[in-house]
Order: sequence, then C-alpha cells, then structure tokens
Amino acid sequence: MTQTDPRFHVPAPHVRPGDTPDFSHIKVPPAGEAKRPEPDVEAHETRDLATSLVRVLDHNHQAVGEWDPKLDADVLREGLKHMVLTRVYDDRMLKLQRQGKMSFYMKSTGEEAVAVAAAMALDKGDMVFPSYRQQGILFARGRDIVDMMCHCISNSRDNLKGRQLPVHYTWAEGNFFSISGNLTTQFPQAVGYAMACQYKGESQIAASWIGEGSTAEGDFHGALVLASTYKAPVILNVVNNQWAISTFQGIAGGQAETFALKGQGYGLATLRIDGNDFLAVYAATQWAAERARAGLGATVIESYTYRADAHSTSDDPSGYRPKGEEAKWPLGDPIERLKQHLIGQGEWDEERHAALEKELDELVIKSYKEAESFGTLHDGPLSPVESIFEDVYAEPDWRLRRQRQDLGV
Amino acid sequence: MAKMNMIQSLNSALDNAMEKDPNVISFGEDAGYFGGVFRVTAGLQEKYGLDRSFDAPINEAAITAMAIGMAAKGLKPVAEIQFADYIFPAIDQIVSELSRIRYRTAGQFTTPVVVRTPCGGGIRGGQTHSMSPEAFFTQVPGIQVIMPSNPYDAKGLLIAAIESPDPVVFFEPKRLYNGPFDGDPTKALETWAKHEKGEVPEGHYSLPIGKAEVVREGNDVTIIAYGTLVHVALAAVEREGIDAEIIDLKTLVPYDIETIAASVNKTGRCIVSQEAPRTSGFAAELAAQIQEECFYALEAPIARVTGWDTPYPHAHEWAYFPGPQRFINAIREVLEA
Repeated sequence: MTQTDPRFHVPAPHVRPGDTPDFSHIKVPPAGEAKRPEPDVEAHETRDLATSLVRVLDHNHQAVGEWDPKLDADVLREGLKHMVLTRVYDDRMLKLQRQGKMSFYMKSTGEEAVAVAAAMALDKGDMVFPSYRQQGILFARGRDIVDMMCHCISNSRDNLKGRQLPVHYTWAEGNFFSISGNLTTQFPQAVGYAMACQYKGESQIAASWIGEGSTAEGDFHGALVLASTYKAPVILNVVNNQWAISTFQGIAGGQAETFALKGQGYGLATLRIDGNDFLAVYAATQWAAERARAGLGATVIESYTYRADAHSTSDDPSGYRPKGEEAKWPLGDPIERLKQHLIGQGEWDEERHAALEKELDELVIKSYKEAESFGTLHDGPLSPVESIFEDVYAEPDWRLRRQRQDLGV
Repeated sequence: MAKMNMIQSLNSALDNAMEKDPNVISFGEDAGYFGGVFRVTAGLQEKYGLDRSFDAPINEAAITAMAIGMAAKGLKPVAEIQFADYIFPAIDQIVSELSRIRYRTAGQFTTPVVVRTPCGGGIRGGQTHSMSPEAFFTQVPGIQVIMPSNPYDAKGLLIAAIESPDPVVFFEPKRLYNGPFDGDPTKALETWAKHEKGEVPEGHYSLPIGKAEVVREGNDVTIIAYGTLVHVALAAVEREGIDAEIIDLKTLVPYDIETIAASVNKTGRCIVSQEAPRTSGFAAELAAQIQEECFYALEAPIARVTGWDTPYPHAHEWAYFPGPQRFINAIREVLEA
C-alpha cells in the first residue's frame, strides 16, 4: 500500500518499532521546583501545577523542595516493601499465566508508586475505585496474597466466585470497590460515593483511578462535572502511563494539553506529578485528601509515568513501540528511586534489598502453592456451578430457578 | 384514601419513602427546585432539603453513576431520567454496572438504585419524547423492570422498588399521568377522579414486584398488556363486546408467568401487546414463553399488537400508536382462527 499524506491530523508517537527509543521531547523540570500551596488554596491557583511536574526526589535521589512529605524511614521502607511485593507478584503471576495457570493477567510494572504511595497517604477507611492496574493498593492495605491469587485462578476460594477476569479484584473489607472492564465507569461512581460520605456526615473520602486513554470517555467529563457541581470529597487520578494498549497518549488528545489541566476547566484543583516518585505521589495524595476532607472539593491528579510492560497478557508491545523504551524513560523506575533514596539516607542497603526481594518472591511462591491447594481454573475445584445463578438478584426468581434446573444443577 | 392522579401518587410514594427512610434521596434533571418537568418530585426539596431532592446536570450516565456510588455507600437513590428516550447515554452505567454490582462482587457490594423514567407516546412528543424502551432493559440480568398503569399501582410499586434490595428501572407511561387513556385521541381528556385506581391511600403501602393482575375476567381470549395499553385493551374489548380476560402485567422482569399461564390455559387464545416497535419487543418474549407453557391449550396462534418498526412519528402519531382498532383486529383474528 502506498503511504500518502493524511488528509486530516492523526497523531503519531515520536518513535515506532525499529526506531531508537527517544524521550527527548519530554521536558523534565528539576525536583523541588514546584511550589506547594496550602490545600485550602483556590482551585484556579493550582493552574500552574497542572502543567508543571511535582517532583520530590532529585537526580541524586535526595528529597527536595516544598512537596517533600518528610516521611519516617519506617514508612519509606514499608512503601518500598509494598512496591517490591507488587512487582514480584506481577512477575510471578505473568509466568504462571504463561504456564497456563490463569486465563489472563495485567501487570503494573513501572507504576507501582502510583498505587502504593497513594494508598499509604489515604486512610485505610477511604473508599477506592481503581482501574485494573492499581493492585499495589491491595498490598499497601494488607490484603492476603493467597486470597488475591485464589481470585486470579478463579478457584473454589475466589471471593468473586469465578465471575470476574483475573485482576478485576473486589475487597469490601479493604474498602476496595469492584474493578470494571468498561473503562472510566468508576470515576463518576466514586463521586457519588464521596457525596454519600458527606451525606452520612463521615470523614471518609473516595479516590478513583483511570488511565490517560480513558479520559476520552464521557464518564470522565461526567465525573468532573459532578465533582465540580457538588464539591465532592473525591480524588480523581489520571494515570498517564503513555499507552492505552497500543495507542499513545496523543490519541486521547494528550499532545494538545496535559491531562491535569482539563480539571481547571471544571474549577477543580489540579496537580501534575512525577508518578515514578514515591514521595511526590504520597505528598500530592495527602494534599488532595486534606483538601477533600476539609470540604474544599475534588482534585484531579495526573500521575506522569510509563507502562513498562505490556497492557495485558494479550498484547505484545514490540508491535507498537520500540523495544527497550522502558529503560530510557526519563523519570526512571519508582522502586529503584526510592531504594536509592533510602540508601542515600543510610536507611537501606543493597544486601537488605536483595534479601527483601528474595523473601517476597519466596512468599509469593509459597502463597501460590497454597492458593493452588484450593483449586485452579483448569482442574478445579471451582465455585459450585449453581453459583452462576446466585447474586443476580438478592433471591433468584422463577426464571433463574428453572434455568438452574435446566442446567441440571 | 385520596383522589390522586399518577403524578400525585408517585409524588406521594417518594414522600412516604423519604419520610420513612432518611437514606432515600431523589435527583434528576429539573427534578430538584422545580420538581420535575412532569412535577413528580414537586415539593420534595422544600420538605426534605437540598441534599435529599436536588437538581442534577444534564448527563444521564453521570446521574446513574452517582446513584450507583451513593447506593454502594448505603443510600437508596431514586434517579429521574427526564424522558425514557434520554436513557441511552446511561446504558453503560445501567447495563454494565448497576445491574451487575451484586453479581460481580459476589454480594460484597449492592446498588439498589431506582431509575424512574416517563415513557410512551400519545402526547405529541415526536420521536425523542415517546419511546417505550423497556425491552432493552428486560435483556439485562440483575435489573427489575416495572411499568404500572394507574395511580394506585404506581405508588405501591414505586415504594416496593425503593425498598427492593435490587435495582429497578421504573417506567411511568406519561400519557397516563393525568388520566386513563383508551386510545381515542378525539375524546375529551378523562381524569383519574372517577377511576377506582385513582383512589390512593395517603400513607405508606407497597405492592409485590412480579405480580400481575387480572383486570377483567373472561373466557374467550387472554389479552396481556402493560402501561397505557391496558386501558386501550379494555376499551377495545368493551367495544367488541367479547368475553376477554385482560392481564395488567405491571412487572416485566420478573414477569408473572403463573397468572399468565393460568389465564391462557383457561381461554386457549392469547394476544400480547406493547407500544414499542414489534421486532424483539417484550411481547415476543411473552409469546415465546406462553407457547412453551401453554402449547397444548392454545387453539389459535398468539397474536401481537404493537407499534410499528419505525421511529415514533410526530404528525402521524396515531397511525403508529396501537389503538383499539388494532386490538379489535387481533381479537377477531384470534377468535376466528
């Protein structure tokens, strides 16, 4: 087919497979440059923060500037542990998926800080409406790994009775709402939930996450309109990991303006942050949570990050972007950066890190063995077949009772 | 007991439900301060405050999503979609979210939202203010679908819907808001004042979801209708002077198969009806189920009275509307078969 000049503008990434990875077009402002206004600032006064980049960890891995949340080393080590666990778990689950142990998997490699630091900055009682790439929240909130795996392999102990694709977790006890495969639906739901928290006079807030590609959905607009109209205590996170399966962020209008800036049009507070900087994510979430809890409304946070691996086990990134791009990402790796920060503080070292990785990998392997003892998708036992007719309604009506009989269970 | 039209009885249902349970809240486009374009939510904001009856932005998906989030936190939201024709922007939130939260979380979260929406034609509404899209929602596991035909049922069923542990899409046939309608647009408007179902208790009561009612007993043919067509079928039977049994279905999901089967097994003939277009309408589901249940009792093919497979026209509204003559034609066809 002959290549012709397009008759209308179709955005394309700077590089494609076969090209040399190149992020020279991305401006990375120095850490510590962004000002930190008080959380009770007028929303429009955060306009600059929608186009700059809040960064705390500098190139020497030192925490600098007004946004430094000044966390204890214990908290940082805990964050590091959750991020390492998230990565180790993802890597192991991918291998198991390749061995046919589960139907599908989605890693969050490179984006661990976005979920882990946010979860740690929120109260455990705050309600989260994540997308499918914030499994880090579950680790940060202490969910049992065996339970997570039982869900992913849809066995007899899957708390979702085998009804959801792997990684589409729900954990009511941990205030973790159901993950939808239909994108952005949770964004306006989180606003409604947050309004109900106010209605009940509780200090609980809600937080939701979507990808930058999903901001194209109407529900993004709906969520921001609701949040703005009712001044809801909610944090609306846009995880800009550059890629929506195979389409780069320019296909969601990302070349025109930042995703955070969209919030300004709705009169919401806006922050654009280095999503690979644990301290920046923590500080921004803490700021937005304080603002929400004070009744000052929602914040749109764009976490600028990079999806270092495939979208899911169903796609191969070498088909749409250069190999090795993740290593060239100008904002580095969130785990490596926090690790080096702690080492620089004299609070961590390579030996302890290696031991942590080993310990967590062993924990994951041991947990998987235990999970498998409750069954696997292929060999069972699964939740009982008749359970497919349960929970459609509180009580099955005559149609479901008859259909269950028709199935012979 | 009081005389109420359907607007007043629905308003009374909301009033009773909100009075009884502080978790019940109502919102929608123009549904707060102004009380709704059809006045169903009139006075609620004044009585219960801004945070229990409020105006929502013109975004049906966001309205539904807000209701889902609120219900997940334990509220009982009643969301108004101004016209059933406008419900389609909310379809993803209803079909992929609202209906399945209980299922996909294995009961960890439930979202018992009521989506109220005025439906149906006969008010010169043109194609975007006349639809009866109920069948779309009957295809969605997890949703209950209700369409009452009179003030008494409307109130009892709306209260039942609000108190149900499962989500409901509640269709209000707007041609019936102010009076019963027998399908003859040339007649002067009747009011509910003289109708027995216009007698409505002022206090709280509910009617069972999933229960149909035989509104006219007879032996020659069973006519199944819901919403506006209940009154049209009654008028047609009176005009034709036949001994027909008429069932007001009231609930489409889950529909009352026992009442239907008992009647068709008795009469041996059946007409199913809907105002919506013919193809893949709810009447088709009824016809299929009836032939499964009652095949050996049937003495004639089941006939359908429906709208045409066209958009709802404006100028030729009455050529579209399945009026009494279309019922009479079907009755003759079924009785002569």
